[in-house]
Amino acid sequence: MGGPYFAGVDVGSATAKAVLVDAAGKLCVHVVVPSGGNLTLAADKVLAAALAQADAVTGDIAALIATGYGRESVAGRTRSVTEITCHAKGAHALYPDARSVIDIGGQDSKAISLDPTGMIRKFEMNDKCAAGTGRFLEVMARTLEVPLDEVGPRALTADRPAKISSTCTVFAESEVISLLAQGETVERILAGLCLAISQRVNSLATRTGMAPRVIMTGGVAKNTGVVRAIEKAIGFPLTVPEEPQIMGALGAALLARADAAK
Amino acid sequence: MANRIGIKVQNKVKEVVFMSLLRGTLAKRKLDQKIAKLAGGKKKSNGVKRIPIKTADKMKLLMGRYYIKAKIAEKDPDQKIAWITSGGPVEILHAAGVTPIYPENHAAMIGTTRMADSLCSVAEDQGYSRDLCSYARSDFGSILSKKSPIGGSPRPDFLVCCNNICGTVTKWYQELQRIFDVPLIMIDAPYQYGDDRPEAIDYVKAQLQEMMDKVGQITGKPIQWSRFEETVYRSKEALQLWRNVQDMLAHRPAPMNSFDTFIHLAPIVTLRGTPECIEYYKTLQAEMQGRIRNGIASVEGEKYRLGWDNLAIWYKIQFLAKKFGEYKAALVVSTYAKSFCYEAPYQDEKDILRTMAANYIAGYINHGLDYRERELLEMAEKFHLDGFVMHSNRSCRAYSFGQYELARRMEEKYGLPTIMIEADQSDTRSWSDEQIGTRIDAFMESLIARKNAAAK
Repeated sequence: MGGPYFAGVDVGSATAKAVLVDAAGKLCVHVVVPSGGNLTLAADKVLAAALAQADAVTGDIAALIATGYGRESVAGRTRSVTEITCHAKGAHALYPDARSVIDIGGQDSKAISLDPTGMIRKFEMNDKCAAGTGRFLEVMARTLEVPLDEVGPRALTADRPAKISSTCTVFAESEVISLLAQGETVERILAGLCLAISQRVNSLATRTGMAPRVIMTGGVAKNTGVVRAIEKAIGFPLTVPEEPQIMGALGAALLARADAAK
Repeated sequence: MANRIGIKVQNKVKEVVFMSLLRGTLAKRKLDQKIAKLAGGKKKSNGVKRIPIKTADKMKLLMGRYYIKAKIAEKDPDQKIAWITSGGPVEILHAAGVTPIYPENHAAMIGTTRMADSLCSVAEDQGYSRDLCSYARSDFGSILSKKSPIGGSPRPDFLVCCNNICGTVTKWYQELQRIFDVPLIMIDAPYQYGDDRPEAIDYVKAQLQEMMDKVGQITGKPIQWSRFEETVYRSKEALQLWRNVQDMLAHRPAPMNSFDTFIHLAPIVTLRGTPECIEYYKTLQAEMQGRIRNGIASVEGEKYRLGWDNLAIWYKIQFLAKKFGEYKAALVVSTYAKSFCYEAPYQDEKDILRTMAANYIAGYINHGLDYRERELLEMAEKFHLDGFVMHSNRSCRAYSFGQYELARRMEEKYGLPTIMIEADQSDTRSWSDEQIGTRIDAFMESLIARKNAAAK
């Protein structure tokens, strides 16, 4: 396969993502790998995997934009752009009628509102803790001994959510343990956790002002329990892309292409 | 004989204070070098050469001398020291020959030198809540541990608290009264929702009159009216100079930025009413005029102009200046530096006390949201702003309350984008370089994209 390709590499706290688009802006390949402890290594690994999939070499990359929490660790980047700009770009490229984006990743969550041209009007991010993020769900799933991909479906089977008063990962963990001790069902607890996350995201969403169509991106968008709870909280249906995790990398790749066109 | 001992004591104190100031400066320089080394090792400099503001050196001397004088006064039974809030009527103290000490200024120094975390912990260990203002906590921590960049503030003979800046100071000063067992003069300045009410001005005027009498009783010498008048006129002159200096930042490119004004605030807060204060701002004004004439910019190649709301983040001034500087964004005006301009609509040369009362209730944070909205909008127009940076300050509820609503109004009514930075004025434990850096990057990316789109 021939280049040139435009690459987007999104190094998050939990996973690293790479996307290659061609000169026409068409998505060619996408790869997701765990970030691990070494972000530079994760960036190299994910880009190498993407190149291998495209049967291409580094020289085929015309421009590369790095994004995400580890964006400064990506070697060979043309420049770095924040994940806010990239998620907005990726979501708007796939859904030109998108007016809002909710992104919940491994360690942060954000709400972005867009104008009709896809320009960012306003954005809000969670404060300095893992409350209500992917990491929060991971810790809770481990405490409850439920595989991560079963959290959503099982939460949806609950007749009512258990009351979880805190989204602080540390406090919620002990709350969950005490709920278990009181004989609360795992399903209700899971539903309660999804509700707690949705309430937290809703406050970010309210501050930015949500309007349809709302796109949800990031790894947590794969959790149907959280998706349904957020829809209820914000009062709009959510559109979840087929691969919600790669929206940031896709946005970065498209920005790399736009840069080159200048 | 007594006099000679007095001189000996004075010399000893001078030496001790000088040494502690020197130690503070050296520690700060070491820290600066360390930071520069760290920054240099990791990130490329943006290649912008900054031409430093020369008057800043003069301020170090001026403030150094002020603290030395205060330390000497502490040892002299004939000289009185009063601790006073930043929005307090200091002219009365200067007219009475009382040395004013500002726990808030002292706390800002503690914040800048990154001593706040350890001093706050001292206070927290004694049971003061971590939710309490970090200035109050570092003040208590400094009193308890006798530590600070100047080895602790000199002990007060009495306290003056004006609640025009927040409700916290009321309890803070009651606590100081309990600790030091000295008289406390409380000035109640009612919060103003709309235009400043005449009965509120009269109410504060009566309290100022009472304060003058009380200070006279404490010092044993009634305040001379002519001396008081002279002090107030000096204060007025200094305030006008300070306003002029800030107005000069409306010039494109701005000759200095808001981060500089935070530093140059110290004399107007502590020394207004003295001749040194006037001299200082005359020098600063002249330097700014020169910079404008010679086209010296605070941010080389200035492209974007922003306003700042709330107190400085003392330990991150360099980080923020560098971060915004990378985008050629200059912060050119702040509600914080403007808070010390005292520009009440009511001014009457014949009724000095009433004019003073009007000024002391007229501060930005003693007002409701509609007033704040008007102020921000005026700033945006006068200083040609592209947006606002709002510091949502954990320590200062009086200032931070309502910021989200103000941001919404700025955005929706006037198309001015706002970034909210969640931090604390001096407690670094509320800060995260990575998270706040990303927010600023994202804000500047969207602001630039918007401006570029509008230009097309």
